[in-house]
Amino acid sequence: MDLVTPDVGLLFWTFISFAILFFVLKKFAWKPIVGTVNDREQSIKDALASAENAKKEMQNLTADNERILKEARAEREMMIKEARDLKTKMISDAKEETKATTDKMIIQAQEAIENEKKSAMADLKNQVASLSVEIAEKVIKGELSNKDKQLKIVEDMLGEATLN
Amino acid sequence: MKTTKFNIIKNLILGLFFVLASTPSFAIDIANDSKDSEIEEEFNVTDMIMHHVKDAHEFHVMDWKGHAISIPLPIILWTENGLVTFMSSEFQHDDLGNVVVEKNGQNFVKFHEEIYYANDSANEEGSYLTLNTEDHPENSYPMDFSITKLVFSMFFSVILLVFIFGLSARSYHKNGVPKGIAKFTEPLVVFIRDEVAIPNIGEKNYKKFMPFLLSLFFFIWINNMMGLIPFFPFSANLSGNIAFTLVLALITFVITTIVANKEYWKHIFWMPGVPVPMKLFLAPIEFMGIFIKPISLMIRLFANITAGHIIVLSLISLIFIFESIWIAPISIAFSFFISIIEVLVVAIQAYIFTMLSALYIGSAMEEHEH
Repeated sequence: MDLVTPDVGLLFWTFISFAILFFVLKKFAWKPIVGTVNDREQSIKDALASAENAKKEMQNLTADNERILKEARAEREMMIKEARDLKTKMISDAKEETKATTDKMIIQAQEAIENEKKSAMADLKNQVASLSVEIAEKVIKGELSNKDKQLKIVEDMLGEATLN
Repeated sequence: MKTTKFNIIKNLILGLFFVLASTPSFAIDIANDSKDSEIEEEFNVTDMIMHHVKDAHEFHVMDWKGHAISIPLPIILWTENGLVTFMSSEFQHDDLGNVVVEKNGQNFVKFHEEIYYANDSANEEGSYLTLNTEDHPENSYPMDFSITKLVFSMFFSVILLVFIFGLSARSYHKNGVPKGIAKFTEPLVVFIRDEVAIPNIGEKNYKKFMPFLLSLFFFIWINNMMGLIPFFPFSANLSGNIAFTLVLALITFVITTIVANKEYWKHIFWMPGVPVPMKLFLAPIEFMGIFIKPISLMIRLFANITAGHIIVLSLISLIFIFESIWIAPISIAFSFFISIIEVLVVAIQAYIFTMLSALYIGSAMEEHEH
């Protein structure tokens, strides 16, 4: 029964001890310890948050960079394409022009050749005509002296006469 | 006398049982001693255990050759004639009311570690007390505010705690990084905050109660631990004393009652959300609950710690009950095993007391949403 009967002295001293312990530790231990621990955790939390922010910003920056790079690449590609098109166009234009000029020249040359040929033929005709007249003259002259001789003259004349 | 001889053995075993176990010749002496004393008096296990579990007016260190070596502690009495103080050594280790100390015109005797006013003359057994049929003194007694063994132990624990946590707090002054002992104490403080205070009281209010919960936890824990160490200046069964647990439970009760909000009282006297007959039925139960909660706190800690002490002492007593040295290895092995478990139990009990205190405070401040 003694075991479960509280002594007044121990009650008193327990209360006093706990009160002293509470106030002393509250002032000199719990305040600094809990305060510091909380502060530290807050600062860690803040540091983590700011690191997270920095990471996010970095990500944004990288994304921006990538975007810019992509755009630049696209632009370059476009420029190259344009240049290539231009080149192709220039070449084909030049080719066409040359072809047109050549065709024109060929046509002119053909025309000139045709004209030369025509005039040459006309000359030939004239010469043949005059030769024919000469031959006829000589033949007639030979006929007049000797029939055989006359014939021979014609033949000679004809042999001499080279067309062209 | 039998008790003093027994005390030699008992204290040596409790204090130095490893040394004892490894010294066979000494053990034989003990066996012989106990055989001699058999004739004188039967060994009373209950008395021995009760003596160890309860408070005392002197701090018994050990016995040496039949002579008790103990630290005398101041006796402080509030008597009919005012305050009286003297050292417990004036009783000359008497605990049967045979030695009278006269102070301030009053005579005092000590009987079973209680101080009584002495009779004018001794009875035939030499005692200055009038005992009733149940061996309880009928004499009146002064209010006893003595620095007893438990009070001494408590002061010692307070000094230890202030020292430990003073050192811990100092190591934070520089840059807030724990050093030395703070590396050990900080996880415990954080544990109380994260596992006890915040879950039970809530993020909003917990900060106000942190000093109380921390003081409570460490005060109980260190006293539990000190009770497990079986030699001077420890070994006092303070947290296994009902007065100690009563005060702590009472403080929790007072705090709970003071901080309780309207909702708390409403839930006790007029439970919302149930039919009226049920409200009437629940009100007395809930009302009793206000008191049962701290009482359960008080009894739980007291019973657990006292039980632990009784088990260890009982196992040691097996040697004397069987009166055989061959039982010693078994009884020591068992008490060692129980002691190891007790280390766990005392920590858990300190935690439970703190946790439930936080829970009661938290439930008194809870804001219901309905």
